[in-house]
Amino acid sequence: MNKSKVVEIWVGGFMLAGIVALFWLSMQVSNLGTAYTGDTFHVTANFDNIGGLKTKAPVTMAGVEVGRVTSIVYDPESFRARVGLDIQTAYTGKIPEDTFAKILTAGLLGEQYIGLDPGGAEDPLKEGSEIMITQSALVLEEVIGQFLFSKASEGDK
Amino acid sequence: MITRVLAQLGGFGVSALSSIGRAHLLILNMLSGLSDIIRRPRLLIDQLYSVGVLTILIIAVAGLFVGMVLGLQGYYILSRFGGETALGLMVAASLVRELGPVLTALLFAGRAGSALTAEIGLMKATEQLSGLEMMAVDPKHRVLSPRFFAGLISVPLLAAMFSCLGIFGGWLVGGGMLGVDQAAFWNGMQGGIDFSDDLVNGFIKSVVFGVVCTWIAIYQGYDCIPTSEGVSRATTRTVVHSSLAVLGLDFVLTALMFG
Repeated sequence: MNKSKVVEIWVGGFMLAGIVALFWLSMQVSNLGTAYTGDTFHVTANFDNIGGLKTKAPVTMAGVEVGRVTSIVYDPESFRARVGLDIQTAYTGKIPEDTFAKILTAGLLGEQYIGLDPGGAEDPLKEGSEIMITQSALVLEEVIGQFLFSKASEGDK
Repeated sequence: MITRVLAQLGGFGVSALSSIGRAHLLILNMLSGLSDIIRRPRLLIDQLYSVGVLTILIIAVAGLFVGMVLGLQGYYILSRFGGETALGLMVAASLVRELGPVLTALLFAGRAGSALTAEIGLMKATEQLSGLEMMAVDPKHRVLSPRFFAGLISVPLLAAMFSCLGIFGGWLVGGGMLGVDQAAFWNGMQGGIDFSDDLVNGFIKSVVFGVVCTWIAIYQGYDCIPTSEGVSRATTRTVVHSSLAVLGLDFVLTALMFG
């Protein structure tokens, strides 16, 4: 084999290896391989306190991911946080309207996410509907504060 | 006395300005040489071999060991907080965002950049570049442009290989030796690394570093004093300037992208 052919083969292998590396990084290492890219429908939920919830946090039902948080804004009218959720269209008409949304934490120090507990209503959640029953995030300082307060009132007796 | 100092300062300023001007004219010339490369892809392939393929070995070995060290150090720190499961995310995030592009560019400047400067400087010293001009061939298009584009293509690919092997090295140490849960290692990575925020930004970084490193190397070679001492000084300057430019730009790019 002549020299120029060898060079061509090496360069071809180099380009191929580089592109395979880029592809592997995108599919295996990043969230591209696991992200749901299909159609979604949008619902909103108002929370008194979202704690450390961030956009792109997962929305789960029974622990299975069904959507993502897409927006978090403060609503000055109601003094609450308005959270926008994108739910996969596969679940259109399968989530009851009176579903209960709560902000949960994965592990002790993990990321916060939204868990949905289905209610019993006949009508399902649709594009643009609002989840009425919500539970705020657990803020550690408040829990400790309540604990200390109850301890102190015990001491008074 | 004062006038002499002033004149020296002024002379320094003028020569610095003219060198910046020459460097930018050179990059314009090299970019316009793209049409020559499309007509003769052979020129680019030969340069991809000497700039890219010959750099794979050092990139692969360095990536593997950097990943293994990250795995080891990360494990020691994270296990103090009971957070070994975040090891995969830590290794992958630091490699994809910072260490992959930056270390690849530094190694590239040392391995390929210095070779480019020495080669072009010696071509100038032995008057091969003037010879090409005598034959009405533009050496900027024929000699410099293929080297520039080879560097621009090689560095992002090398950085991707560096990150891959680094993650593999971190997995070998974390998952193999230290017994971190495999599923937590890979799931934490996939959950925490965002395609557009982390991967694309890391890729843009490595493209910028590729342009800067190759540009500096070629400029230093083309602009050197054509003596053996001049070539050796230009080679040193290539490594020093490229490393400083990469580290400085890394800060600027990180502040812009992740800020």
